[in-house]
Amino acid sequence: MSDEKPDLVDVQIDGEWHQFPKGTRMIEACRQASVEVPHYCYHPKLTSPGNCRMCLVEMGMPPRPHPGEATPEADENGHLPISWMPRPVIACANTVAPNMGIRTNSELTEDCREGVMELLLANHPLDCPICDQAGECTLQEFSVEHGQGESHFREQKVKKPKNVDVGPRIRLDDERCIMCSRCVRFTDEIADDPVLGFTDRGSHTVLTVYPGKELANNYSLNTVDICPVGALTSNDFRFQMRVWFMKEVKTIDVNCATGSNITVYQREGQIYRITPRQNNDVNSDWMPDSHRLNFHWINGEDRLTDPMVKEGNSHRITSWQEALATTADKLAGIEGSEIAVIASASMTNEELLMVNRLVKHLNVGHVDTVPREGENDNYLVAADRNPNTNGVKLVLGLDNPGSQLDAIKKGIKEGRIKALLCLQENLVDDAGFDGETLDKLDFFLTAHPIANPTADFADVVLPGGCWAEKSGTMINVAGRLQRLNKVIDGPGQTLEPWEVVRDLIQVTGGGNGIYSALDIFKQLTEEISEFSGLTWGRIGDLGLPLIETGKTIPLLEREKERITQGLIVG
Amino acid sequence: MALEVPSELEKEIDDRITHYPVSRRSAVLPVLHALQHHFGFISEDSVEWAAAKLELEPIKVLEVVTFYPGFRQSAPGKYHIRVCRTLSCAMAGSYELMDSICKKAEIDRSGVTHHDPIAVSNDGKFSIEFAECLASCGTGPVCLVEDDFHEAVTDVDALLSQYK
Repeated sequence: MSDEKPDLVDVQIDGEWHQFPKGTRMIEACRQASVEVPHYCYHPKLTSPGNCRMCLVEMGMPPRPHPGEATPEADENGHLPISWMPRPVIACANTVAPNMGIRTNSELTEDCREGVMELLLANHPLDCPICDQAGECTLQEFSVEHGQGESHFREQKVKKPKNVDVGPRIRLDDERCIMCSRCVRFTDEIADDPVLGFTDRGSHTVLTVYPGKELANNYSLNTVDICPVGALTSNDFRFQMRVWFMKEVKTIDVNCATGSNITVYQREGQIYRITPRQNNDVNSDWMPDSHRLNFHWINGEDRLTDPMVKEGNSHRITSWQEALATTADKLAGIEGSEIAVIASASMTNEELLMVNRLVKHLNVGHVDTVPREGENDNYLVAADRNPNTNGVKLVLGLDNPGSQLDAIKKGIKEGRIKALLCLQENLVDDAGFDGETLDKLDFFLTAHPIANPTADFADVVLPGGCWAEKSGTMINVAGRLQRLNKVIDGPGQTLEPWEVVRDLIQVTGGGNGIYSALDIFKQLTEEISEFSGLTWGRIGDLGLPLIETGKTIPLLEREKERITQGLIVG
Repeated sequence: MALEVPSELEKEIDDRITHYPVSRRSAVLPVLHALQHHFGFISEDSVEWAAAKLELEPIKVLEVVTFYPGFRQSAPGKYHIRVCRTLSCAMAGSYELMDSICKKAEIDRSGVTHHDPIAVSNDGKFSIEFAECLASCGTGPVCLVEDDFHEAVTDVDALLSQYK
């Protein structure tokens, strides 16, 4: 955008005058004026076919005088009288014009909504009691607000395909579908995988996946999110939990450096669902299926629940006190230069600052994190599969994360490194460490959410909480500082990783005045200039740009292009 | 692609596409008509061939094929019959006409559905479906056999015997 002020036009909405930039869609103008216009097919990130007709509103313009008639006079504010059109218009695909009037609460508008609702429900199965969408269904909501409660329709409802397998993760109920075409447009415009369409158009219109193909792309579950009704449901979530029983927590995804903004739904300590949360600077309204579904292990069987110490060839469950005391004993006889710390780029900035403190306090000779590289999918999945590599660089001060791992392995093999503290990492599976190397250590401690193969070789095993069980901040691939919020408590005696590191510092004789992750963030703002002046509150739900990385998120760039072309609102 | 399109037909189709310089997609109807005229119906292979030709996703072509009852998705008989069932013809006896043709030509219509409206005789010689108004309301019941128009049809034997 240039610095020039955009052309503003005066528009009257339900009797109040507002100003909007020229070209604003009527539906967006109403939204900006806090007037809700019900809609199904319209989605700001997709093109507007205007097919659901739910957003019909009454519209008016200044009268055009006949020849010889006096031109209408403007009032003291410069507004001309409005002459209302006899027919309604759709608010989603029309733009505002100077001196336009919009009525969203008039008799005509209400009539239209009642009519549209009645027609949408004519063939709808009304199986809300067994429908997963119930509770977050706009058909339900608008039926309450704009429906009539009864129908003129007495005939048999049209039968259509039910329980259709449209892809590995999605099921379709064609009778519930209201033909808004959001899913068709999403697969076409965003996911570039146009396998959906409407066949047998007419009274038997059915949403169909092209014969022999399936809706299997890594973004397919976004169609479930944007489906305004229960036509598309997620195989993973369907029939698991009624939506009104779950608590929602806003947080971020940690499966790659993009840090997609998400909402996590939990009930009584169990996570049931993750959906993307709109952030136009990170993930728009979308997220990849691979990331969305990677949470079942959190409530899985192989979680660590208690600290353990090694006795002979097995581990014995113990208390934090004993596990930490054992650690202090063992570390007491080892020089700092003989200690290595391998932390994780999945740790928050707060945790990394604590790791930094630990490293300085013990005068540790070798520090690194484990890099995870994959393919950038050219949508939302970043090549860096760690969520906070930028935090590792900025807070832990590692210029080239992963470059020390081989030196640490070599040091252990040659006996120069005698103790290894592995924090929230899996060295055997993800960093190429083997049992032979790890067995050479005099002391090996690991903190992790899962009883992974690395833990087999550890003298002390600590349960460190996973991403859903901790709060803090991370820096994404584009340099944006975002908040990770605690969703549930960790199982058993699990502690948040910052607490684990704090206790390690304390038990080895270091002081601290740290009582919460927020305390650590305050220290970050004092010690690292990029953080200065920030608070968790200022970071907010949508994050803030913190550092310049020169990296962009491909899907966002394409959306910006489509906004410039006027195809979507954005 | 399994569909073998003769070069003459492809040439004709390419020519039809040039009539729609703004958007190749607009040529989908003429292309489908040409394919149906040649093959007798629109097969899955035809849908994919047309989609590739028009640089569309196959689903976009399938949407059009399933919208128009005029496009057949299954093979018709050697002679395809369309019996008008719109009001005037219905009152003049088009349902009776349908029954007597089916009886004479040994066509079983019990499997006919909204999505699969065509029934074919056991010997494959005739196929039949109901059609909407054929624009000769004064002379019902009327039917089309291939492109031949027959009005006030009463003698089914005479009608069918014209087709060998």
